[in-house]
Amino acid sequence: MAAVAHEGNHGHDHHEESFVSKYIFSQDHKMIGKQFLMTAIFMGLIAMMLSIFFRIQLGWPGESSDFLNTFLGDRWAPDGILNQDMYLGLVTIHGTIMVFFVLTGGLSGTFSNLLIPLQLGARDMASGMLNMLSYWMFALSSLIMLVSLFVESGPAMSGWTVYPPLSALPQAVSGSGMGMTLWLTSMTIFIASSLIGSLNYIVTVLNLRTKGMKMTRMPLTIWAFLVTAILGVLSFPVLLSAALLLLMDRTMGTSFYLSDIIVGGEMLDNVGGSPILYQHLFWFLGHPEVYIVLLPALGLSSEIISTNSRKPIFGYRAMIGSILAIGFLSFIVWGHHMFVTGMNPFLGSVFVFTTLLIAIPSAVKVFNYITTLWKGSIVYTPGMLFAIGLVSTFITGGVTGIILADSALDISVHDTYFVVAHFHVVMGLSAIFGMFAGIYHWFPKMYGKLMNNRLGYAHFWITIICGYGVFLPMHFVGLGGAPRRYYDYSVYEGFNPDAAEMMIDLNVVISIFAIIGAMGQILFFFNFFYSIFRGQRSPQNPWNSNTLEWTTPVEHIHGNWPGDLPTVHRWPYDYSKPGMENDFIPQDVPLMEGEEEH
Amino acid sequence: MGSKLIILLVIILGVLAIAQLVRVNELTAKHAKRKEEDIPHRDNMFNSRMMLLFMIGLYVGFIYLMLEYGYVGMGPAASAHGQDVDWLLNLNFVIIIAIFFLTNTLLFVFAWKYVKRPGVKAFFYPHNNRLEMIWTVIPAAVLAVIIILGLRTWNDITTRAGAESENIELFSYQFGWTARYAGMNNELGKFDYKLTTADNPYALMTRDNIDASLEIMKVGGPGQEGVELIEDKLNDPSVIMSREDRDALRTELGRKERMVSLLQGMSATFNDSLNELANDDVILADSLVLLKGQHYNFSFRSKDVIHSAYFPHFRAQMNTVPGMTTYFKFQPLFTTGEMKEKMNSEDFEYILMCNKICGGSHYKMKMAVAVLGPEEYLSWQKSKMTYDGSPWLDFNDSERAAKEAELLEKYVEISSRVEEGEGK
Repeated sequence: MAAVAHEGNHGHDHHEESFVSKYIFSQDHKMIGKQFLMTAIFMGLIAMMLSIFFRIQLGWPGESSDFLNTFLGDRWAPDGILNQDMYLGLVTIHGTIMVFFVLTGGLSGTFSNLLIPLQLGARDMASGMLNMLSYWMFALSSLIMLVSLFVESGPAMSGWTVYPPLSALPQAVSGSGMGMTLWLTSMTIFIASSLIGSLNYIVTVLNLRTKGMKMTRMPLTIWAFLVTAILGVLSFPVLLSAALLLLMDRTMGTSFYLSDIIVGGEMLDNVGGSPILYQHLFWFLGHPEVYIVLLPALGLSSEIISTNSRKPIFGYRAMIGSILAIGFLSFIVWGHHMFVTGMNPFLGSVFVFTTLLIAIPSAVKVFNYITTLWKGSIVYTPGMLFAIGLVSTFITGGVTGIILADSALDISVHDTYFVVAHFHVVMGLSAIFGMFAGIYHWFPKMYGKLMNNRLGYAHFWITIICGYGVFLPMHFVGLGGAPRRYYDYSVYEGFNPDAAEMMIDLNVVISIFAIIGAMGQILFFFNFFYSIFRGQRSPQNPWNSNTLEWTTPVEHIHGNWPGDLPTVHRWPYDYSKPGMENDFIPQDVPLMEGEEEH
Repeated sequence: MGSKLIILLVIILGVLAIAQLVRVNELTAKHAKRKEEDIPHRDNMFNSRMMLLFMIGLYVGFIYLMLEYGYVGMGPAASAHGQDVDWLLNLNFVIIIAIFFLTNTLLFVFAWKYVKRPGVKAFFYPHNNRLEMIWTVIPAAVLAVIIILGLRTWNDITTRAGAESENIELFSYQFGWTARYAGMNNELGKFDYKLTTADNPYALMTRDNIDASLEIMKVGGPGQEGVELIEDKLNDPSVIMSREDRDALRTELGRKERMVSLLQGMSATFNDSLNELANDDVILADSLVLLKGQHYNFSFRSKDVIHSAYFPHFRAQMNTVPGMTTYFKFQPLFTTGEMKEKMNSEDFEYILMCNKICGGSHYKMKMAVAVLGPEEYLSWQKSKMTYDGSPWLDFNDSERAAKEAELLEKYVEISSRVEEGEGK
């Protein structure tokens, strides 16, 4: 096979690559994509474990657990009861890892790397060297974030948003010492990695499309990756500056975010800074970040839903328009995270307006997905199941956003579990489903093997049932007035016994679903690693798909195509086209005589 | 230890069991010459039926939660604006729950109905401008309504409090709250964080407090050395110190000298007429007591990190930010007693909680809130002292009865506004 692959591989270096240059310091986009995926899966596993630790505390507060003591030791779980500071540490690191390391680095890093050159007909990324650098900075930042869990004073404990002054003052919480320094260091490196990666993606998409690959013939995946990368390039530098100013406040005595503070009996000199400034800078990244997480997932599922419905994606141009509109609007909505910070109420009104506008392109996307299914001929691969799961959770998580975007309503549910439920349905379910869908669908492209479908089915059904089982009840806990990041809700007992009872009951239900759901992921891990080594060999185009990545040989070769690069003649969604013999026509098949391009 | 071993064993056995199942699956597939990429009809049908089943399960679960828990928790809004908020919230819920059911139903029913069947080809349907126009315009129209209604309510909530409002400051710190009432003149005393001392924890600005702070900085106070003592130490050749200690002490001296000059500046510009503003404030460290029907204008202050004043039952929330004053106004509608009846619970109390992560004991940072009727409020008020130690209601014996009767009449009038329909 390898011999066949090398045949006619003109113009490319043939030398045998060493283990190190092939598997570790690789500059090949496919390998780098796989490296991102492996790292993200590992980080995801850690972040999931952390969430199980604090779910045990929330479900059964104050009860001793051997399990907690085993993992957290006497330092953080004496007698098997979680320490209240460490509870905040777990919540913080869970959020940070999930948002940045799994859903940003993992999702965009994996699939942008794998698919951009393959679907555009390019030999590799524009800069292989920068691409490698991007991965290794990601790996380094992941390592530093993990190390911060083992610091004696604990990891960062001020929530994943690390608002100062809490995050600036070690006197206020122990995690704001060494743990916070590591957090900032890790994030600084992560941001650099993300920037390098994004620039590379943009340049590649704009310059390295093969002959005939017009922008309007690109698969929606590529459109999503392109807009995601643009969002990243424009917004991550702002987070970097926020982090650097915070670093200066912490170490050099500046007062960007600090003013008039007395903490631990000590009167600080800082005067004139504003903690609100940090929030503006943070959310200027923070909100586009939501779409940096979500757009790749939506792109992947567009492709998967179309392929497995055996139908063109409905409203291709409207889908592109929606992606662009969402990308643009995401930059002018950040203030909806700050309705109750004391920000000028008029400014709040503006953010209400812009935020609710996002519902329009989102609705268009949902209806287009649904219409794509209509009168389709749906094949249930595990990837397809997860893509449909994504649409359902995107709806469910999206509609509650309408309430949170409305400043008047946000007042009473702001920072409650209603918010936690909202963004977990969108990011923790929808975006993660997109990632799973992508892994199942492109696994044959990554490893040349197929994953076991039936294990995939079991994995999907357990995951979606447990996912809804965790997050639907959470909305009601929030509507009952339960603030987030509380270690224990017994505070309600003396004030509102009914609400306390509801919170305690539902928290048990939520924790049980969370634990079962986490166990269910074993099916995935097993399937993934087992299939890499012992899965059935994949044919070249297992899902009868139109896009170019399935025209490359199964065995990975450097440069992707053994011969000349393919020429593109049509859009990627010619499924079940009337008058055609096959129900799919790959993009490199020339138009038949008299055939019109869709 | 035993239980850990068992858990580990169960996980290992579970993985082995999966491996065996996969193996069996592979062997049968091989036997039937089935390939993983060709999804058998049976699997397609299984998943399509599961889609329908799952949808029904999701709806049953959701409806159950709604009936069982939809009305538990916060209870009816206990403030005037809160009732508007609840009305709007309910309207929004009607809209989004309708969308939730409609779109999820379309999704799952299509996923069930259009599963691949032998001989049926998918319908090539790439776009339809009219349809796409419909689902752009309809959401836009619905959103326009939501935006207009939302902003109207938001404007009502955030307009400045009127002059009739009573001013209360809520002071937050790790991990507690203190309420400061503006007293009879309804104007809060000034503050400056530099005046914080053990005797003046709320940093109120009065001539006495400024002098006391200056004194502490100059000659020292309990637990700290003043400028003079530090200077003596640094200049005394008989005191032996390491270089580091000396540098630290010099820095300390610099800070204190700067403080002294700032405090002297404050002292020079301070107008003694401001004393009275602070002196008649009433400070309450354990609870917040409100009069039914009174309009309140709360200002918020933080000593250390960001906190958030969250009154779930009044549908009110505002962050407290160090270095910055924030505001929120509301009018309580029901006394605690009335609310107990509405909530059908003898143990109900209003609560003020912290709702912004602020450290390890964040979850315990709370304060009880009581809303009283006119008589109870007046008798509670009579028992309270102001900052300078005089009674809140400081009347001469001769006029006390008349003044109190006058106040009571006013309070009755304020509380009765609620019944007469002000604020619904």
